[in-house]
Amino acid sequence: MSDHISFVRTEQLPELPPPAREQGVVKWMRENLFAGPVNSALTVVSIFVIFQLVTGVWPWFANSVWNTDSLSECRQVLDGRTGACFSVLTERWNQLLFGFKYPSSEYWRPALAFLLLLPAAAPVMFFDLPRKLLAFTAIYPFLAFHLIWGGTVLIPIFAMAGFVGAYLVFSGLVSRSFLWASVGAVVAALVIWRVGGMLTGMIGPDNPTLVSVPSRDMGGFMLNMILGVVCVSLSLPLGIVLALGRQSDMPIIKIICVVFIEFIRGVPLITLLFVANVVLAYFLPPGTTFDLILRVIIMITLFASAYIAEVIRGGLAALPRGQYEAADSLGLDYPQAMRLIILPQALKISIPGIVNVAVGLFKDTTLVSVISMFDIVGMIRGPILASTAWNGVYWELFLFAAVLFFIVCYGISQYSQWLERRLATDHR
Amino acid sequence: MKKTLLLSAFAAAGMAAGAASAGTLDDVKARGKLNCGTNTGLVGFAAPDANGEWQGFDVALCRAIAAAVLDDPNAIEFVSTTGKTRFTALASGEIDVLVRNTTWTFSRDADLKFEFTGVNYYDGQGFMVPKDLGVSSAKELDGATVCIQTGTTTELNLADFFRANNISYEPVPIETNAEGQQQYLAGACDVYTTDASGLAATRATFEDPDAHVLLPEIISKEPLGPLVRHGDNEWGDVVRWTLNALISAEELGITSANLASLVEAADPSTPEINRILGTEGTLGEMIGLDPDWAARAIAVGGNYGEIFAKNIGEETPIGLARGLNAQWTDGGLLYSPPFR
Repeated sequence: MSDHISFVRTEQLPELPPPAREQGVVKWMRENLFAGPVNSALTVVSIFVIFQLVTGVWPWFANSVWNTDSLSECRQVLDGRTGACFSVLTERWNQLLFGFKYPSSEYWRPALAFLLLLPAAAPVMFFDLPRKLLAFTAIYPFLAFHLIWGGTVLIPIFAMAGFVGAYLVFSGLVSRSFLWASVGAVVAALVIWRVGGMLTGMIGPDNPTLVSVPSRDMGGFMLNMILGVVCVSLSLPLGIVLALGRQSDMPIIKIICVVFIEFIRGVPLITLLFVANVVLAYFLPPGTTFDLILRVIIMITLFASAYIAEVIRGGLAALPRGQYEAADSLGLDYPQAMRLIILPQALKISIPGIVNVAVGLFKDTTLVSVISMFDIVGMIRGPILASTAWNGVYWELFLFAAVLFFIVCYGISQYSQWLERRLATDHR
Repeated sequence: MKKTLLLSAFAAAGMAAGAASAGTLDDVKARGKLNCGTNTGLVGFAAPDANGEWQGFDVALCRAIAAAVLDDPNAIEFVSTTGKTRFTALASGEIDVLVRNTTWTFSRDADLKFEFTGVNYYDGQGFMVPKDLGVSSAKELDGATVCIQTGTTTELNLADFFRANNISYEPVPIETNAEGQQQYLAGACDVYTTDASGLAATRATFEDPDAHVLLPEIISKEPLGPLVRHGDNEWGDVVRWTLNALISAEELGITSANLASLVEAADPSTPEINRILGTEGTLGEMIGLDPDWAARAIAVGGNYGEIFAKNIGEETPIGLARGLNAQWTDGGLLYSPPFR
């Protein structure tokens, strides 16, 4: 046996690379783009279409003109070539963002308010952040109001004092009776606002540090942002209350909520806006018009809250009955059960629906252009397209508006996806 | 408690309404600002410029009224109204005067309870066609496709015109003027029809305006003018005679250039000029204004002709000819009653 030496490999052979068609880009393309004759044909057609699109659109961007004063000048510069006249944006960007009446020396105020919105919203949106940051969130609405509208600083201070007073009264009385605590809180707030209003009239400075800007002068994308942010943040709590009210066993509350929700959902938003703008003017005494933006905010908030209420009702209905019974058997009363057991789960289920409503509502704010408010679409359709310099520019302006809206709406949707992942407690 | 509150609110509303009807002129003077209802934007007639200042043919009339009443052409709160909100804004007292390309019609005057105080622009429905079509009259448009805004009087006028001339057409319904421009340029229709001033403004924005012509036929009457609420004749007089002062000024040769010297000279050989400018007679007193009210109105943007030329005239991109809006002495329709 000794003459028969079998070959024994002592170490492993080096791994050979996989065949060229089974690795890298080639494999990916073969599997995803050219898997079969139909697949290949579709790929070729798609590439052709994309190529056509890009080559068709590219000169429009490449030849774009950024520094002329009017459409005719821009066309002279282009001299017959295809090209975008983005100079309308460089000349009118301020009107698109802030409206045409907001004093240009004060642009920093809404801009600052927008920047401060980010730290104010962060602790609400990302609950891993320290809870102390919520203090800034509480101050922010008053700060933003003061920055954007200006006027005497006393108004937001007294407004805030009213809420603080209401909170103190409520927390003092709530251990005795929830009802009386609520009534007391409302009374306290009203007293403080009334006294504050009189004091503001007496000692308010004639020339406040921040020039007062009336609501009429708000416009542009700023108006969309104001309406969107305020209405979304107001309609969410209101929607929760309505959803719970609709599930209530108390007949009057239930009927009120059902009627409200069904009425609002049965009426187009544009109708409500017309009511806010036109019809209310007939009922109010002449000269006592109350703020148009406030009217519109109320209407959009009511509208959105009815939809959010239905979304949340879906979430509530999706919870197994056992969750309610478990809460009851733990001895929790209704507010505790809702706050600790039911709503956290129901809201989690409702997130996609709520975000859907929020995105839709934000885009619906452009409807105010129909009641002659100059939001970004109103600015484009009205003053800018009606100026002799820029009549005839469409794509550039609406593209700009679309980009702004896309950024915000895509941000909202990305946030909601993050939120869903973060809250996922099931084990799928 | 609630009932009394409600009642007192109504009482207050009634009182306020009563106070308002005491006289718009007094209200405007007390407020120190004229609330002028205008367009959300119409080329040449009303649009804010890059600095946010309102400019245009209609706006100039607002400024003239403000100057006559308040001695300040900028003491105006411009309230933008859409075609849908304009009449409620005026009826509810939100605005004092509406100058917004509003056609004077029977039902608006009588049924909606408004008073048209004159005509500042005589418009009418016209046609625009590409030059290549080789058409020189609307009567040659047999079988043409026509872009037309739905739900407007222009739609009805068009149907009437083609039926009266016994020719056929095919309507291409569009929603807005912007859509109409695009459709027409894309060749979706042979003809685009709307108000002649709008056609001219639209044509001015085309890359090659000379490739399109406006046909000579005007098939409807659209007298556009300022309007006020029914029942306040003093205020109506102020608006009416401010417009008439601008028209008469052109007729009599008062311009923004020679205004100051005419006031100073007060030449006895030109009595009507002197009466307009307040150097003779007491016309201002009769409508509750200072003697130099009309001079102030003319000083803002000049006489009617100057305002026309600056905003929509042939030197501007819009390039409207005077046409019907020439003085009656030049074959137009502008005819101001005498200042006497």
